Amino acid sequence: MPQKNTLIYSNWWKYAGAALVLYSLIGGLLFVNPNNLLFLDETVRNLNYHVPMWFAMISLLCISVANSIMYLKTFNPKFDIIASKSAEVAVFFGIMGLATGSFWAKFSWGTWWTTDYKLNGAAIGELIYFAYLILRNSVEEQNKKARLSAVYSIFAFPLFIVFIIVLPKLASNSMHPGSGDTVGFNKYPLNNNLRMTFYPAILGWIAISWWITTLLIRIENLKSIENTDEN
Amino acid sequence: MLLGLVSHNMFAQTTENPFYSNGKIYVVVAVISIIFTGIIIFLIRIDRKLKKTEKEINKKNQHKD
Repeated sequence: MPQKNTLIYSNWWKYAGAALVLYSLIGGLLFVNPNNLLFLDETVRNLNYHVPMWFAMISLLCISVANSIMYLKTFNPKFDIIASKSAEVAVFFGIMGLATGSFWAKFSWGTWWTTDYKLNGAAIGELIYFAYLILRNSVEEQNKKARLSAVYSIFAFPLFIVFIIVLPKLASNSMHPGSGDTVGFNKYPLNNNLRMTFYPAILGWIAISWWITTLLIRIENLKSIENTDEN
Repeated sequence: MLLGLVSHNMFAQTTENPFYSNGKIYVVVAVISIIFTGIIIFLIRIDRKLKKTEKEINKKNQHKD
């Protein structure tokens, strides 16, 4: 019988996450006062919806790389399952982040995509993890697949962080808040109530993205039990 | 106190901001809430179904030992 991991099999944080996101969905429309925040007008509410996608993605990738390291230490396949499923869901949230960001850009900067360090960095980061998933699918043998992808993941994660956070911050100019010469929203006078819904949204989406990941992990765990039965 | 703060802000918004002045934004909020709550209930049901399957498989395995 597999050991029960409480952060996968317990329930309270799922409901907490759902409540926080529901609060931020409502609060983002009712509590935020968008007056006087640059040219963003009402679209500043997107802070509650677009940015948490990236927080969810990055937190899942932290989980993924930690489990890749654990896999290489122990060669226990359960770590490989957690690492790969986290990366899979992280890629999904990254796509949501790119799509929502692109839509927001169309109405704030007038274009779907622009050669900005933050945008291209995020796109490259996404591609790095596409490659991770393709690499996994291209290796048939289970142990080899797990080992190769764990090593790849350890190299990929620092690169991802550099492309998505470090390089945009170092860039001389960028339109995206929090990168290059553009400051983050936290530098503006905060009469907008943004924080009241932004922080709960981040926590809530991290919880929900991890919830979805645990469902996938549990399915894989069941499959691996079935497979060992057959042998 | 926090609630007082919130209602004060909402009151300020209803008078200043056209986004709230006709009151219809609450319809949108309700629709979004319904959809999100539905998705969460769906997730919970998947979760429960999975738990049931896990129990069955674990029981089967214990019988083998």
